[in-house]
Amino acid sequence: MATTPATVTTADTSAPTGHGHVTNTGLSNEKLAMWAFLGSECLLFGALISTYFLYRGKSVSGPTPADIYDIPYTSVSSFVLLMSSLTMVLALAAIQRGDYRRLRVWLMATALLGASFIAGQVYEFTSFIREGLTIKTNLFGSSFFVLTGFHGVHVTLGIIMLLSLWNLSLRGKLTQDRSEVVEIAGLYWHFVDVVWIVIFTVIYLIPT
Amino acid sequence: MTDEHGAHPTDAKYVKIALLLAAVTAGEVGLYYTKFSESLTNSILLMMAAFKFVMVAAYFMHLKFDNKILRRLFITGFVLASFCYFSYLVTLGVFV
Repeated sequence: MATTPATVTTADTSAPTGHGHVTNTGLSNEKLAMWAFLGSECLLFGALISTYFLYRGKSVSGPTPADIYDIPYTSVSSFVLLMSSLTMVLALAAIQRGDYRRLRVWLMATALLGASFIAGQVYEFTSFIREGLTIKTNLFGSSFFVLTGFHGVHVTLGIIMLLSLWNLSLRGKLTQDRSEVVEIAGLYWHFVDVVWIVIFTVIYLIPT
Repeated sequence: MTDEHGAHPTDAKYVKIALLLAAVTAGEVGLYYTKFSESLTNSILLMMAAFKFVMVAAYFMHLKFDNKILRRLFITGFVLASFCYFSYLVTLGVFV
């Protein structure tokens, strides 16, 4: 009769990892690490959002949020980023089915939507600077540019990840059995989207 | 234990969720331009943002379908961060 080694738990056999090896948790270490990283990112963005709240309405000179925010414009940017989460999850579904052509289409669509968001942010920053708001102008400028700038850097890193995956797929190095790589990149991408959901509401829509 | 890759939604369901999220975003922007009570508007805006956050995390990030260890890991980080910074803001008198 076959016996189960003492070190292997039920979880090990019920949930094989994306790379086919077993771990104590039944989860791949890479995916677990990404979730732990995202948990820690909550602390980073929590600090930046809290700092914005702390300084909100305390600037002694303008421009203030009411003077410069362009809500219709930012709403379109938010919509673009939200839709990039859809294309990302469709890319994951495509590789899990072994449909590599659609995987590349959706990965590129996600990267382009992310790039559109970043282009919009660059335009917004430029117009704010033209209207006299820089990172050094007042407390609002400092906390706004640091928070949205950090988010923009995260989106840019996500675009680099997506383009790398697209390139790997084009060279035939991203196969169905490695779909977890796309899933992990997707987790990061969706996280920057949920952070923007919070930023859009608490920074742009809720007035001082 | 939940299977790590158990029963993810179909592409059509993902599209429906995205359309719902887009509609909620449009609702948020519409609400921004209405002139009711500020506290009521802000509360509704926060609830709408929380709804979008949960929908993306649950369906697009598959937290609803994945192993519960992952859910606990993320929720722990999120709750700790929220508690930590809410306490910090209260201590500094932001909500007074």
